[in-house]
Amino acid sequence: MIEAKGAAVDKFADLGGTTGWGAVSPPRPDEPVFAEKWEGRAFALTLLSMGRVSGQNLDAFRHALERLDRAAYLDDGYYGRWLNAIELMLVDSAILAPGAIDARARNITGEHVPEPPVPEPNKPNYSATGPGSLRTIEAEPAFAVGQQVRAKDMSPAGHTRLPGYVRGHTGVVEQVQPAALLPDTHAHFLGENPQHVYTVRFESHELWGSSVSDTEPFTLTAELFESYLEPAA
Amino acid sequence: MTTSRISPALRTEALEQLLTERGLVDPAVMDKFIANYESNVGPLNGAKVVAKAWTDPEYRKRLLADGTSAIKELGFAGPQGEHIVVVKNTATTHNVVVCTLCSCYPWPVLGLPPSWYKDPAYRARVVREPRAVLAEMGLRLGSDVQIIVRDSSSEVRWLVLPERPAGTEHLSEEELVPLITREALVGVAKVSAP
Repeated sequence: MIEAKGAAVDKFADLGGTTGWGAVSPPRPDEPVFAEKWEGRAFALTLLSMGRVSGQNLDAFRHALERLDRAAYLDDGYYGRWLNAIELMLVDSAILAPGAIDARARNITGEHVPEPPVPEPNKPNYSATGPGSLRTIEAEPAFAVGQQVRAKDMSPAGHTRLPGYVRGHTGVVEQVQPAALLPDTHAHFLGENPQHVYTVRFESHELWGSSVSDTEPFTLTAELFESYLEPAA
Repeated sequence: MTTSRISPALRTEALEQLLTERGLVDPAVMDKFIANYESNVGPLNGAKVVAKAWTDPEYRKRLLADGTSAIKELGFAGPQGEHIVVVKNTATTHNVVVCTLCSCYPWPVLGLPPSWYKDPAYRARVVREPRAVLAEMGLRLGSDVQIIVRDSSSEVRWLVLPERPAGTEHLSEEELVPLITREALVGVAKVSAP
């Protein structure tokens, strides 16, 4: 079974700019959608059972992915990672008992191990106000296209969509995107708190200084929620 | 921590049994769901969008102004496509898309992401050394080309409108479609003439 690492996020999933990964994999034009049959089953099981917790909360699913340890994140492949994360979500809300999947798996192979009883569900008392993530809000955007902004240098304990490598760095608002619910609270079933979202453009020397190995400068954008940003200059 | 390494294939079968027994998922619905992503929702959709944009200047304008609506005109919408922004690659500007935090990808136009897009090496490196990563993938860009890396950190999804290659002026929209690869629509390749 998969054990959560408590409320604190490992941050392992926040990969941007991390080193030591070696070469990228070359594209394969003939790559099947699912390399093995079980991958399609894991994909469908994840998306079809997620809503049994409290709506189709993708942020909660992403938070579950982030709570996996390195082995659970990497060693079972991409859809194995999904399986491990949906197990965590289903166990969190007591839809599944801890260890239920492994016990059943062993029994499928001919062992006779006791399976834990179905627990009393403990689902979050929470539901989204509408489908999807986009929301209409009254407040005017705090930042305008062309304005200099700084990504706050903060490390929230739970889920966030503020990539580590942009924290503390200054960029320019390129586009104002539709307002959306805030993953930092929605992932924890603590409220939608919709906010404006900004495409912020950073220069490579601002993000990486002289450590960047590419000889030519480049620019990079990320979508950042209003509360991730502060005015710069 | 994983205490015993039971294969993910076997654990998936176990989860399907457990949820099916309790009526929480229906295997027949799963079958249809999987078949849809294996057969209908894939990069051919994005190729059709691009071929139309290459041959219909008015459509191209609409696509660049409001990607989500223009894509919906062709019937493509759904999960992971709430708000799609289309950016054009030119001789001097090259956009390339990534999701460093997970694997966000515009499903309605590209289907499910390929292995290389989900690979930690791509997620980690393309935001730090895009030229080197693109070169490893077979795309060498001149030093005069401005690279813009798009890290999909919210529900906004990016689609690249690649350059129409020289030598395809005589081809129809239908003939252009098979030239357009998934990789060109993410920005790790260009489209080549046949």
